[in-house]
Amino acid sequence: MEFESVIGMEVHVEINTRSKAFCSCSTNFHAPPNTQVCPVCLGMPGVLPVLNREFVNKAIAVGLALNCSIAKWSKMDRKNYFYPDLPKNYQISQYDLPLCYDGYMNIEVKGKTKRVRVLRAHLEEDTARNTHDLGGGYSGIDFNRSGVPLLEIVTYPDLRSSEEVFVFLTELKQLLEYLEVSDCNMEEGSLRAEANVSVREEGSDLLGVKTEIKNVASFSGVVKAIEYEVERQIQIIQSGGKVVQETRGWDPDRGITFSQRHKESAHDYRYFPEPDLVPLAVSEEWIQQVKQTMPELPQTRRKRFQEEYGLSLYDAHVLTSTKIMADYYEKTVQLGADPKQSANWIQVELQSVLAYENRSIENSPVTPEHIAQLISLVKDDVISGKIAKEVLRKVFKTGKSPEEIIKEEGLVQITDVEVIRAIVKRIVEKNPSQAEQYRSGKDKLFGFFVGLIMRETQGKANPKLVNDLLKEELNK
Amino acid sequence: MSEYWWGRSASEISEYVKNKEISPVEVVQSFLDRIQQVDTKIDAFTQIWSDYALQQARSLEEKIVKGKSPVGPLAGVPVSIKEVICTQRGFTTCASKILAGYRSPYDATVVERLLNADAILIGKVNMDEFAMGSSTENSSIKLTRNPWNLECVPGGSSGGSAASVSAEECVISLGSDTGGSVRQPASFCGCVGLKPTYGRVSRYGLVAFASSLDQIGPLSKNVMDSATTLSVIGGRDPRDTTSVDMPLPDYSERIRKNVDTISMRIGLPKEYFTEDLNEEVKELIMKAVRILEKQGAEIVEVSLPHTEFAVATYYIICTAEASANLARFDGVRYGFRHVDSKNIIEMYKCTRSEGFGPEVQRRILLGTYVLSSGYYDAYYLKAQKVRKLITQDFEEAFQKCDVIVGPTSPTPAFRFGEKTQNPLEMYLSDIYTISVNLSALPAISVPCGLTQSGLPVGLQFIGKHFDEEYLLTVAYLYEINRGQEFGNPPLE
Repeated sequence: MEFESVIGMEVHVEINTRSKAFCSCSTNFHAPPNTQVCPVCLGMPGVLPVLNREFVNKAIAVGLALNCSIAKWSKMDRKNYFYPDLPKNYQISQYDLPLCYDGYMNIEVKGKTKRVRVLRAHLEEDTARNTHDLGGGYSGIDFNRSGVPLLEIVTYPDLRSSEEVFVFLTELKQLLEYLEVSDCNMEEGSLRAEANVSVREEGSDLLGVKTEIKNVASFSGVVKAIEYEVERQIQIIQSGGKVVQETRGWDPDRGITFSQRHKESAHDYRYFPEPDLVPLAVSEEWIQQVKQTMPELPQTRRKRFQEEYGLSLYDAHVLTSTKIMADYYEKTVQLGADPKQSANWIQVELQSVLAYENRSIENSPVTPEHIAQLISLVKDDVISGKIAKEVLRKVFKTGKSPEEIIKEEGLVQITDVEVIRAIVKRIVEKNPSQAEQYRSGKDKLFGFFVGLIMRETQGKANPKLVNDLLKEELNK
Repeated sequence: MSEYWWGRSASEISEYVKNKEISPVEVVQSFLDRIQQVDTKIDAFTQIWSDYALQQARSLEEKIVKGKSPVGPLAGVPVSIKEVICTQRGFTTCASKILAGYRSPYDATVVERLLNADAILIGKVNMDEFAMGSSTENSSIKLTRNPWNLECVPGGSSGGSAASVSAEECVISLGSDTGGSVRQPASFCGCVGLKPTYGRVSRYGLVAFASSLDQIGPLSKNVMDSATTLSVIGGRDPRDTTSVDMPLPDYSERIRKNVDTISMRIGLPKEYFTEDLNEEVKELIMKAVRILEKQGAEIVEVSLPHTEFAVATYYIICTAEASANLARFDGVRYGFRHVDSKNIIEMYKCTRSEGFGPEVQRRILLGTYVLSSGYYDAYYLKAQKVRKLITQDFEEAFQKCDVIVGPTSPTPAFRFGEKTQNPLEMYLSDIYTISVNLSALPAISVPCGLTQSGLPVGLQFIGKHFDEEYLLTVAYLYEINRGQEFGNPPLE
């Protein structure tokens, strides 16, 4: 029997508003414990929540980007359970009327387009953070995270492999980064992905018993956990057993999933409408306002880069991988630089300098203006391509413009035919035996002469002129 | 002490204080003396803030002498606050062991507004634990006695508020009304109790019992003082999104302006005058209706057909909300905690079993049950539908009348212990008041006489949404035509 895996995702995204979902405390992640708190997010007696409008704006933007319908009328609900990281012992969330519903996202896997349907994306608040390593038999609770806005995105079980999951998560993360709604940092927990995994006979319409994999700290971890879990479930079924519906954790060290909670002990959350908040009415006008603030989304931009700048699919992919990179590229082109040259310089040369210095494009000292200038200096034969690469490294180190560096260091290319001819002549005369060998057929020695000439001119001689004049001299 | 000031109305006191005819310090001292004198009998106060009250009075006096900044409408008026309303000063215990010694880090919006109006906060008063009860017998602190008969309960849950006003230990008290908790004790203690429209007064800083029903309201000796207080504490608060942004008139001014020209169609709901209603109470209510008729009111019979479902509906919705609202009292961050627990679950269980009294536990269990998976539709959802029907009853009744009049409570104050063994009977004490909360309407209880045995009876006026102006005007019109005052409680 051939098996196929059926996977649905639940992704929690911390939305990067300046203040929390229901109070005015800062969402600053790195502050000392319990400094970003107030009576509201501590759940003190008598407090009331006030919904952060910016949270709703950003959630609508994500909903629109995921092709969701936006509910004109939705509400908040209370999800009841006791846990020390939940100060009110209920979480304000959305139950039966989520803000965003019925959407989808297209992904490209193995050259094919696949549609992953989005069931819903709803608003909720994050919990505090418990720590158990304080010593002295005490546990600590840091309420800085309590009440930070979260958007929970739930897909249908449309994914069929760990590879599809990886592409889906990567695309989703890219989308969220483009929208600038989240830091999307899995290690810091601002993006949390949970997978509902089941297996079934290939081609079947039935859904198998699923397990839910939680608390995985990276995309590659999610992929590995799913692969392990699919294999585990297949083995259970093949050996005549039954998969138990449960929540499973992921142990990255041992590379296995493990049982955390059975369905029988699952919570009854006793959802009911949050009476402290009026229903959320979103007008068409409000949706349009959000739409106007939304940037061009990665998939659209990728396509446009191919059409408008004649880039290959690969180049377009790389250059749109982050909004910052894509903006950087377009700025360079807008400054008059050749689109293909710009793509090459940014993807290859700039990236290698940045990678070497362990920096990212966000805080690159090399600006699009610098890149555009370098490209035009090469094009106008002011410097050679080889020198240009050196100049790029110097721009990175000093922050000075390429023109300044060229002027200061006298790197302007020698294009005077007579000057180069004199040097070529002198070098050939100094090495008569090599010249003789070349003439008798040892072509390889041509490079030996070029090297000497370039050393003499500190690489500034125009390479084409050197080539032409050297040939002329040697063939005399 | 040259003169005592207790027994005077808020408007009188603030006028004298503003006009520098009397020092607020003298006023406050006079009330502190009164508390000293009578609260040993009444036990309304859980905290008496003598030093703080005098200190507030002295700074007010300074302000008045300097004459620079404007003086507020409650200048020098001593106010008591129910234990369920958060104050930075003192404790906010909700009369529960689980919050014994709890200090709120902030003032409720209504407290801020009282202070801005130059009212004097004189202390906090007793209540049923977490505002759950109708007799104040569910307080974990002490029993409060009815000033009219020390063997009787003051009503509840704002029993301390009503008793403190009735015994003239303060001029105004702030209570909270979820199903009648301001109006019923006002009725039992012979004072005025106003429950504003839901959304009229900010709930920020009111420890929540049932969020969709709770509303803070004033208790006072007369209608005008409650009206003045509503103008002070009402209005939109950005910290409470269920508070409504509507114009908030100066009610006492509007009442004076409107009272001579008001026209009235008074609706008597037939469902309120059944055999459940005590005969003596009924007589007093009908006497009041005749007084209104004499003032030109047209009397019409109206029907509120879903009244019989109000108690059941109320106890599903309020317990459901309470079960979530009270979940935060878990011993983790503040309040009482059971020590020596083996694990967190045991800590939760022991803390809550020992910290909450029996009535609170009963309601948390009920609320948890009605929200449980499989029962939600049959209870909570159905109750929400009936709630809508009850609201529609009032909408239809208000097609025929401008204001609804009836009893506040089916009986006068009862004796201690009389209903504690039978929670259902206790719940029926609020039969005429809870529909008003379910429908978010404003209502006021005004004293309308004494029974043979000398216990006060309250007359309830129910108004249209956000039309407190009309409601208060009718209540005031009745009050000034009530005839001979029935005097003060026999405390001396």
